[in-house]
Amino acid sequence: MAALARSTQSMDLVCPAGTLPALRAAVDNGADWVYFALHGATHPHGNGGYALSEAEVAAGMRHAHEQGARVLLAADVYPETHSIDDAKRAIDTGASLGADAIELADPGLMRYAARTHPGLPLHLSVRAAATSYHALNFYREQFGVKRAVLPRVLALEQVEHIVANTDVEIEVFGFGTPCIMVEGRCALSSYVAGVSRNTSGVCSPVSAVEWVHAADKLECRLNGMLVDRYYECEKASYPTPCKGRYDVAGQTYYALEEPAGLSAVELRATLARIGVAAIRIEGARRNIAYLSQVTRLWRKAIDGTLTGTPDAQALHELAGPAEQSLGAYSRPWK
Amino acid sequence: MKLALGPILYYWPRDTVFSFYRAVAIAPVDIVYLGETVCARRHELDVHDWLDLAHMLEGAGKQVVLSTQPLAESESELEMLGRIVGNGEYPVEANDMGAVQLMGPDASFVAGGGLNVYNADTLACMAGLGASRWVAPVEISRTALAAMQQQRPPGVETEVFVHGRLPLAHSARCFTARRFNLQKEACGYRCLDFPEGLAVRTRELQPFLVLNGLQTQSASVYNLMREIPAMASLGVDVIRMSPPYAYMIRIAEFFKRAISNPADAGSVARELDQLTHLPTCDGYWHGAAGMEQVGVAAEAEATC
Repeated sequence: MAALARSTQSMDLVCPAGTLPALRAAVDNGADWVYFALHGATHPHGNGGYALSEAEVAAGMRHAHEQGARVLLAADVYPETHSIDDAKRAIDTGASLGADAIELADPGLMRYAARTHPGLPLHLSVRAAATSYHALNFYREQFGVKRAVLPRVLALEQVEHIVANTDVEIEVFGFGTPCIMVEGRCALSSYVAGVSRNTSGVCSPVSAVEWVHAADKLECRLNGMLVDRYYECEKASYPTPCKGRYDVAGQTYYALEEPAGLSAVELRATLARIGVAAIRIEGARRNIAYLSQVTRLWRKAIDGTLTGTPDAQALHELAGPAEQSLGAYSRPWK
Repeated sequence: MKLALGPILYYWPRDTVFSFYRAVAIAPVDIVYLGETVCARRHELDVHDWLDLAHMLEGAGKQVVLSTQPLAESESELEMLGRIVGNGEYPVEANDMGAVQLMGPDASFVAGGGLNVYNADTLACMAGLGASRWVAPVEISRTALAAMQQQRPPGVETEVFVHGRLPLAHSARCFTARRFNLQKEACGYRCLDFPEGLAVRTRELQPFLVLNGLQTQSASVYNLMREIPAMASLGVDVIRMSPPYAYMIRIAEFFKRAISNPADAGSVARELDQLTHLPTCDGYWHGAAGMEQVGVAAEAEATC
């Protein structure tokens, strides 16, 4: 029974596609949806190279559709007035290429998409930070939003309560490296490095990162500001401002959060039972081998064909070098 | 140009809040935003207390706006949201779309900074839903604001955050509780011990952030007083100062002076910085990293 694949009640598996090979890998390993950004308008910095060109989108879309998977164009920035026309063109391009849905956060863009492409389903980005069914119902009534990705701040019982109180399909994060802050409500990158995650789609740009090697230590700086300092044997991580070690009242520690992976695979049956429509895998910047393996294992998890210890161990290792947690769904810090 | 006082972002004891607003009643501010906008666990004041304060401030000639909690999650938080939105007496500042959803069809509300109104299209959406004022995101630059102002719908006022520690990020996690190895739900209300938050410094002891429960603020005080002439020319209607623990009346007086005599804004700003003795920044307005101080450097160059 458990081996029955992709039943009608099955949750969709939504995987990142930062590159065309990643898109193919996700589709070939069982993703129901792949999501990607279009190089250019909504990602003027190219998302650090993890965005697709129009030609790649066309090729990727063909492959996905041939394999029965669907494609989601993510244009979930909050463009400023001078760049909103570019974002609208990205929506037009996605629609003309045949995207199955478009993911947005900005109400102005949602209004544009709903009016210009009324047949194109809208998904609400995690960056809209809709934490309540009132907020979700707002986006449904105003713009016809069909599905929404919930912020990674809600406990399982809150997810259940939301599902019970809205017609918007609910997607939750299942795996990856969660933001500590509410996405769409964080200006740390722009405060330190001058690049706004909200308006540009980029957090802590590579161009602002500096690694300084000294005899016994490695320092990482963002726009000159010391995010962390590592001594021998300490594992360094990418210097987003939220993941550094700082001094607070005489104690130096990860003041906001330690780098940690999210792995909600143990909750898969519960998430399906409470009516969650889709599980999102985070990690557009991850390599193909990682994405292939995560997608394959999650496909098995959703289909109920995980083979116990070896698969669980593999997922555990993929969840990252740091402590594995269930993220917000169970709140060890609550 | 009107001067507004934003909601208190820190957690102060009830008596402190009441005496603070008794001072606000005689301070030269025109608009006062009231309410808890950071953490739903903070309970020193309830809705009745906030309404009592609203009545007192209204009696003192202030325009009162009730601010809503952003990112309401639990049913009790949603119930509180409903009570504030439906208060029947005062306009409401909506800080997430859940609050906008609860507004009646004829409501006139303030689209708060938490709504992420970054472009003219979104502003038009909010105006269509009944927004009579919008608060720009703290990240906004002068250039981006100018573009918004050109396309601003009629009858909508523009408000800009001009003084105080920048509210930079919101989380479901409590960083103050984390510092003391406490669970959020058993935090002991440690925020009460830190009336201006907990300072975060880099490992080189450079002031960086301030922890305020679920909120992360800048360590530097954002100060756009020097930009008042530019804001006046852009048609900014309201400027907001965020409540400091000390010197609230003095800071408000400085802003009133700068509003009355925009040509003196630079010299008044220097007096203000000397009063507070805190590191300042203004990068966002100049299209730079928020933590940078651009205006003062430009001023120094001009006088050399």
